[in-house]
Amino acid sequence: MTVRVQPDLFDAGAELGRFAQDRTDVGAVVSFTGVVRDTRGDLQEMLIEHYPGMTESAIARIADEAMQRWALADVLVIHRYGPLKPGEPIMMVATASAHRAAAFAAADFLMDYLKSRAPFWKKEITVGGGSWVAAKAADEDALKRW
Amino acid sequence: MNIVYFAWVRERIGLPQETVETDAATVQDLIAELCAREDRYAAAFADTSALRVALDQELSDFSAPLAGVSEVAFFPPMTGG
Repeated sequence: MTVRVQPDLFDAGAELGRFAQDRTDVGAVVSFTGVVRDTRGDLQEMLIEHYPGMTESAIARIADEAMQRWALADVLVIHRYGPLKPGEPIMMVATASAHRAAAFAAADFLMDYLKSRAPFWKKEITVGGGSWVAAKAADEDALKRW
Repeated sequence: MNIVYFAWVRERIGLPQETVETDAATVQDLIAELCAREDRYAAAFADTSALRVALDQELSDFSAPLAGVSEVAFFPPMTGG
């Protein structure tokens, strides 16, 4: 299991390649990459704040939970913080398992929990100023699926 | 006790963190003490349903006791991923 919380840009393709290489015990690798989206065409940057210390422990706990629920060979979580540009990756998760159902389900679970239980906050910076992204009720509801 | 604030809570209070001397028994009591100090706290804590609290970096709730807690964090619902 690997958890990285970092300001630096990462290459999701290269990360996935490293995650999957030299494995002969898995039949399925699933990944998700979250990207900074400019919904209205005026986004200058996305500022991501986090709670150092709690962030790492919260993500590790979520990843541990995924490892317990599904037969996973490995889990990768990368989440950035600081100022991010539109089109840049914000975060990624990857799961490796013998079979695809477990890999897909675990990746979905990780995303739902990272969204609402890992201490990150997004602020959209536009020419007009900054505004904090509000959590959606649907994000909290998504946790009930698990 | 160390208190830390994030996102718009930090902006509204105007501080990322502070150390306070308090005898507050619960999170709710601590909020009441802070709100009595200055308007900016009252503004930040006006609607606690829009807030979350962590005690020593574990998500908790507003009725939780503060005995033995060294760090309290207040922040809006998280928006990771």
